[in-house]
Amino acid sequence: MPEMTYSEALNLALREEMRRDPTVFVMGEDVAVWGDRGGVFGVTRGLVEEFGAARVRDTPINEEAIAGAAVGAALTGMRPVVEIMYSDFLTLTMEPLVNQAAKLRYMFGGQATVPLVVRTNLGASGGKAAQHSQSLETWMMHVPGLKVVLPSTPADARALLKTAIRDEDPVIFFEHKLLYFQKGEVPEAENLLEFGMAAVRREGRHATVVAAQAMLNLVLEVAERLALEGIEIEVIDPRTLVPLDIETIVTSVRKTNRLLVCHEATERAGWAAEVAMQVSELAFDDLDAPVARVCGANVPVPYSTPMEEVVIPDQGRIERALRLLLRGTGA
Amino acid sequence: MAVSISTDAKVEMLRRMMLIRAFDSMLPDLYTRRLIRGSSHAAIGQEAVAVGACAALAPTDYITSTHRGHGHTIAKGGDVNRMMAELLGREDGYCRGKGGSMHIADFSIGMLGANGIVGGGFGIATGAALSAQLRGSGQVTLCFFGDGAINQGSFHGAANLAGIWKLPLILLCENNQFAMSARAEKMVAGGDLAMRSAGYGFPGVNVDGMDVEAVRLAVADARSRALAGAGPTLIVATCYRYQGHFSGDTQKYRTKEEVAPWLERDPIPAFRHRLIESATLSAAEADALEEEVQTAIAEALVFAEASPWPEPHEAWEDVHA
Repeated sequence: MPEMTYSEALNLALREEMRRDPTVFVMGEDVAVWGDRGGVFGVTRGLVEEFGAARVRDTPINEEAIAGAAVGAALTGMRPVVEIMYSDFLTLTMEPLVNQAAKLRYMFGGQATVPLVVRTNLGASGGKAAQHSQSLETWMMHVPGLKVVLPSTPADARALLKTAIRDEDPVIFFEHKLLYFQKGEVPEAENLLEFGMAAVRREGRHATVVAAQAMLNLVLEVAERLALEGIEIEVIDPRTLVPLDIETIVTSVRKTNRLLVCHEATERAGWAAEVAMQVSELAFDDLDAPVARVCGANVPVPYSTPMEEVVIPDQGRIERALRLLLRGTGA
Repeated sequence: MAVSISTDAKVEMLRRMMLIRAFDSMLPDLYTRRLIRGSSHAAIGQEAVAVGACAALAPTDYITSTHRGHGHTIAKGGDVNRMMAELLGREDGYCRGKGGSMHIADFSIGMLGANGIVGGGFGIATGAALSAQLRGSGQVTLCFFGDGAINQGSFHGAANLAGIWKLPLILLCENNQFAMSARAEKMVAGGDLAMRSAGYGFPGVNVDGMDVEAVRLAVADARSRALAGAGPTLIVATCYRYQGHFSGDTQKYRTKEEVAPWLERDPIPAFRHRLIESATLSAAEADALEEEVQTAIAEALVFAEASPWPEPHEAWEDVHA
C-alpha cells in the first residue's frame, strides 16, 4: 500500500470525485492559487490545473456568503465542497448551515436535498491562539440535519471524504491541523467508508477509550506504554459523530466495564458527555466505574506554550485518568 | 422575455394578483377560526411586485422568497390548494405540514422556498445562480427580499459574489416601507436603496412597485442582462404593506392618514382599470375573474380541511435524505 499524508489523501479524494462527477466543485478562500497552488494546508493543491477555475473557485473572505452559495448550489443540482479555512470561522456560517442547510429538506417536506460538504479543520497546533484553535464539532453535532465527520488517518480521510461528497445530506467534515502532514498507508484501490462505523484501533480488556484525531494518537501511545505493564486498553475511533456508532462502543464497554472519552474540544457539554449518557442508558449495569473524560479545559485556547500545553489534553493527563479509572482492579 | 406580452398574459397577471389578495385576505379569519397557528404574513398591497416579477421569468427560472411569501409562490404558479393545506398543517400541504406559512416551497416550479430568516434567501439565490452558470443551463434566479433584509450582511456577501462572478441573479427588493415597525427611511443609511448596487459595479433600478407592468419590464431588462452574461441587477420596487407585519399587529407606528394615499394607488384596481380602459377585458370579465379567484380560495380551504393530518411519527422523517 502506498504511503501518503493526510493532506495528500484528501487531495486524492477530491480529484477522484471531481473526475467521476462533473457536478462536484470546490470553493473557499485561497483554495486555488495560494502557496503551492491550493489551500493553506495544501489539500486543494493543483486542483485548479486539472479542473479549471470554474470548478476550483477562490472566493472573497465572507464565510457566510460562501456557505450560503453552497446551499443554493446544492439545492439546484451541484455538489459543492466548501473549504472553511479554520473551524473557528464556522461561527460566520451559522445562518446558512444551521438555519438553511440542516433544515431545508425537513421544512420542505422532503422536496429538497442538500448534498454539500463543508471541509474545515479543528484543534490547537502550536500557538494559533483562541480564534484559530477551537474544536467546534459538538456544536454541529447538536443540529439535527447535519452529519459530522472526524477522520483520523490518511486512509480514512480519503474514504470518508469520498462518502461525504456522495452523501445527499450536508456534511461537516472536520480535519485536524496536526494530522495534515502525518503519513499513513492508503489503499491503491478506491474505497469508501460508510458513515456510522467506528474503528477499533486497538483491542484490550481492561478499559475502553473513545478518541479521535490528535487525541487518538495520544491515547494509542499511552495504551502502548500501559501494555508493557499488562494493562490492555481498547481504543475506539468513532470516525463520525453523526451518525454515531454507539453499538461498537457499547460492545466494547460490555467487555471492559470501564469507559474514558477523550476529546480536545472544551469539556463542558462536549461530545464526551453525549457518549457517556448514551452508554449509561444502554449499558449502565456493565459499568464498574463512572465514565471518565479527559477534554479541553473550559477556557479559550491561550497563545503561550506553557498555557496552551495545560489546556489541551496530553499523555500525562490521559494516563493518570486511566490509572484512576482502573484503580482497585489489579490491572 | 418580450417587452410586449399577449392579452392573455395580462389577464393572467390580473388574475394572479387577485388570487394573492384573496389568499392573504383569508388569514385573519383562519386565525379566528383557529385553523392556522404560528406566524403568517400577508403581502396585501404588494401583489404587483410578485406578479410583475414572475411574469418576466421563464418557468424554469428560480426564485427565493421571504417570510411574506404567499404571493411569490402564487405568482410563480404555485397551487393554492397545497398552500392552504400547508397553512392548515395537513398532509397534502407543500411541506406535508412540516413548514407552514414561512417555509412553503415548490421545487417543481423553481420556487426554492419562503424563508423564516430575514435575508436567508440571499445565499440560496446566489448559489442557485452559480449552479445555473456552472451548468450552463440558461436559468436566471430572482431573489425577493425586503427593505429590512437589505441591511443584513448576507446582502453584501451575495451582491459581492454575484458582482465578481457576474452571476445570472436579480436582486429584487420589495421596499414596503416597514421592517416590522421600523421605517426604511430611518433604518437604511444612504437614502436611495437602489444606489447600493453601485458599490458592487452593477445597475440599481428604482421601479414603482404598485405598477405590475413597470415591475415586469424592469425584471425583463434585468433578466436579459443576466442571460447575456452581464451579471446581476438590483431592482428596488417601492410599494406599501397595507396590513400589519402579521395578523396581531396593532400598527401603532403609523396613521390612517399615512395609509390613505397608498390605498388610492392600490395595484389591483389600478391594473384592472388599465386593462378595461385599453379594452383588454370588459368590466364583466374582470368581475368574473374576481369571482373565480374567490371560488378558488374557498375551494382551497375545502381541500385543505379535507386533507388528513400528518401522522405524529412523520416528525422523524426527512431529517436526512
